[in-house]
Amino acid sequence: MSDRPAMLRRIRRALAVPGSAHVVREVGTSRPVEAVRASLLPGGASEAERIARFSERCRELKADFLLLDEVSRLPAALAALVEREGFRRIATHRSELTDAACRDLPASVLDTNGGYDKHELERADAGITACDALVAQTGSVLVSSRSAGGRGISVLPPHHVVLARREQLVPDLFAAFELIQRRYASDFPSMLSLITGPSRTGDIERVLVLGAHGPKRLTILCA
Amino acid sequence: MQITLFVPCFVDSFAPRVAESMVRVFERLGHDVRFAEAAVCCGQPAFNAGYWDEAQSVAERTLRELASAEAVVVGSGSCATMLKRFYPRLFAGTSGAEAAQDLAARSFEFAEFLVNELGVSELGARFPAKVTVHDGCHALRELGLKRPMRELLSHVKDLTLVEMAEAETCCGFGGTFSAKFPTISRAMGEQKLGSARETGADYVVSCDSSCLLHLKSLGARDGAALGSVHLAEVLASR
Amino acid sequence: MTSAKSEFQERSARVAPDLEHRARMTRQLRLYSTQRAAREGAYGDFQAARRAAGETKWQALMALDRHLLEFSEKLEARGAKVHWAADGAEARAIVLDVLSKRQAKLVVKSKAMTAEEIGLAEALAERGIEVVESDLGEFIMQLRKEPPYHIVFPAMHLSRDEVGELFHAELAAERTDDPEALTMIARRVLRQKYVAADAGITGANFAVAETGMISITENEGNARLGAALPSCMITLVGIEKVLPKLEDLALFLPLLATAGAGQLLTGYNTLYAGPRAPGESDGPEEYHVVLLDNGRSELLADPELRDALRCIRCGACLNVCPVFRNVGGHTYGTTYPGPIGAVLTPSLRQQDGFEHLPDASSLCGACSETCPVGIDLHHHLLEHRRRRAVTDPSPLWHAVFRAYAFVCARPALYERLISFARFGTRLLRWAARIGVAQAARLASERELPEPAALTFRERWRRR
Repeated sequence: MSDRPAMLRRIRRALAVPGSAHVVREVGTSRPVEAVRASLLPGGASEAERIARFSERCRELKADFLLLDEVSRLPAALAALVEREGFRRIATHRSELTDAACRDLPASVLDTNGGYDKHELERADAGITACDALVAQTGSVLVSSRSAGGRGISVLPPHHVVLARREQLVPDLFAAFELIQRRYASDFPSMLSLITGPSRTGDIERVLVLGAHGPKRLTILCA
Repeated sequence: MQITLFVPCFVDSFAPRVAESMVRVFERLGHDVRFAEAAVCCGQPAFNAGYWDEAQSVAERTLRELASAEAVVVGSGSCATMLKRFYPRLFAGTSGAEAAQDLAARSFEFAEFLVNELGVSELGARFPAKVTVHDGCHALRELGLKRPMRELLSHVKDLTLVEMAEAETCCGFGGTFSAKFPTISRAMGEQKLGSARETGADYVVSCDSSCLLHLKSLGARDGAALGSVHLAEVLASR
Repeated sequence: MTSAKSEFQERSARVAPDLEHRARMTRQLRLYSTQRAAREGAYGDFQAARRAAGETKWQALMALDRHLLEFSEKLEARGAKVHWAADGAEARAIVLDVLSKRQAKLVVKSKAMTAEEIGLAEALAERGIEVVESDLGEFIMQLRKEPPYHIVFPAMHLSRDEVGELFHAELAAERTDDPEALTMIARRVLRQKYVAADAGITGANFAVAETGMISITENEGNARLGAALPSCMITLVGIEKVLPKLEDLALFLPLLATAGAGQLLTGYNTLYAGPRAPGESDGPEEYHVVLLDNGRSELLADPELRDALRCIRCGACLNVCPVFRNVGGHTYGTTYPGPIGAVLTPSLRQQDGFEHLPDASSLCGACSETCPVGIDLHHHLLEHRRRRAVTDPSPLWHAVFRAYAFVCARPALYERLISFARFGTRLLRWAARIGVAQAARLASERELPEPAALTFRERWRRR
């Protein structure tokens, strides 16, 4: 059931109609990326600026951001978090950071690699994932279905914990999309998501409520 | 400078003091003021309703009457917009196109003319009252004018200016809109009056008599005393 | 027989004087304006960003066929199926076919204006398929059996009490009016649905041609859940949603968030590139994208109004429109209310009877000013009026304006009429004063502006 050839024909015929004199626009060359980039919000020229910006955005979004001195501190920081929050069941996946950090946690672990039972994931207290990048400009976490344990793990459990390296902090969205193109070239994961703060809604009287459907809490441990 | 006043029909018949005030202001500055008597209307009512043939016939007359004017000044943001922005559109592709472009270039809204063309902001005016400003939509969005009116008011002696919330929101007149959708028009006007009253101002000032007349007619029913006055009347006061 | 126009008149006459409605809408929309202004101020140059976005959308449209082909080829190469639907009937049939092949009984749906446009939910319900709206605002409106009030904030007109009553009545929930508690009730109900659903249906904000991806923007995470757990995913997308390149999102995602809700960026911006890929832990086995025309290609042929196809459905024009504020989202009777609705609806196919919408505007221009891609909305409303005056003029108004033109060409006649009107108004007031009922009513309808004792013309001559 496909109208493809007919639709394309209709579109081509439509485009052949010249626009009104006072509506026609220049459709020549695009503006240079740098000019567009400069018209948006800054990301931060140095690592220190980017960290400060990312941290400030997390505060505004009510996401927790913990900056650690080195990667070796991640497992301890995560263990402390697990205890503080009282996680009994966690979900995670195989990756360099999660393997090291989730090895000896005092909680039962659901590994999503290779598939999992939806109901088990639904019962998890937290989803612990790696990420593709952190974005300073917006305070976002970039995850993908390949790098971060699938689609469900970062959105079904009520608390999403992200493990990241500070080298993963990129200045802005342009950098994030560049990274995606570079890293995945034409072999894209089926899902890529920019997560900006915990799940939220303002649908009732514009009152901000966190945890509408996705996680109520988002914690980023960055080393 | 020779200044020709184009006085829109509703100012002529319902708010002649506005035009009189403009004359006083310009004559005090030492300019020669003319009046384009035979130009009755700019054609906007018909234009806005989509009846461009009728609008064009009215506009043609106005074009002819204003053909030799050095500078045309209009005491209405919406009529000034008609001359400056919509005449070129209306006459595009017709024999009047060039004349329309020509007129557009020498037509000005009142506040714009004083501040931007004559470079004058201090007129020796005195208006002892608290006022708030309503930005008429045409002057604001079609002509990009927000500063000139405020610049002029800032130099008026004993006048206190208080900005209202949502000064840029439409008053709800919209020409035939108020006749076709009176309840919506009224609701919009009430909101504007509410914003104006919240400032505690004695007067709402605007560059558009049509907005002011609309607000006045709504305000009168509610009884509360909020005066409405055109910028020209304020500037002519001593 | 009521027409869409008489319904509009009736509803607007009822809602516009409603002070409670006015207060609620004003509070919400002023909040939006404040937040938006603050976010805009943080941009390096918001107007430049807006211009760049506007140009990008022109580029997208002017090569739409090429972009749609590239989009579909890239997406299908990764195992998705792209369907091309000429109209709502075809789109509904495609979706029903997909769902019936999978014997789907429960579908979880996230916000999709295109689904509203084609009446999808009703069509599915008729076939006995349970459709659950997962976006909180849409969920609320589904329980009320009403269409959304706003394309971004579906339940903006309701108070917390009303939502509390609704949940108590429809979900047997404990009575509460706390927004957080209410949201948690919805969360609990919907959670079970995500896990049990056979299919997830979504809309789309953008279709990226360069990489063949669908981009979905949301705050709640409900679309993400609908795309993660069920074994089948369907996305409905209007053909005009195309963006040429992936990097264009770096401009459009912030603009959409800022213009739509005064946010820096929306909570979840997700790209879907296909069904579950080999090696991935979850995701749908099947991913279907339905490209919807439904009058868009026809609008594309319109030399002026094709401009409106650049719309990114942010809802900003609704937020700043004083008419929308005063009549609310249910008055229009259309899928798309507000200024964009008034421009699109009379142009889209099978949408007769809505020619009055362009008239229901004071042409203030706030919509055009706020539009993040610079669509000249209020001038398009004027253009609709011009076309109608040519093809289908109102006998009354045409006569009025012919008379008006006649008078304006004759200054002497104009002056005589003014003095007659002056006399007439005085006569009316005198009649009202001495108790003539009709005169009193006419005089009180509006405080009649009284022609001045002397017109300016008369004063000028006496100088």
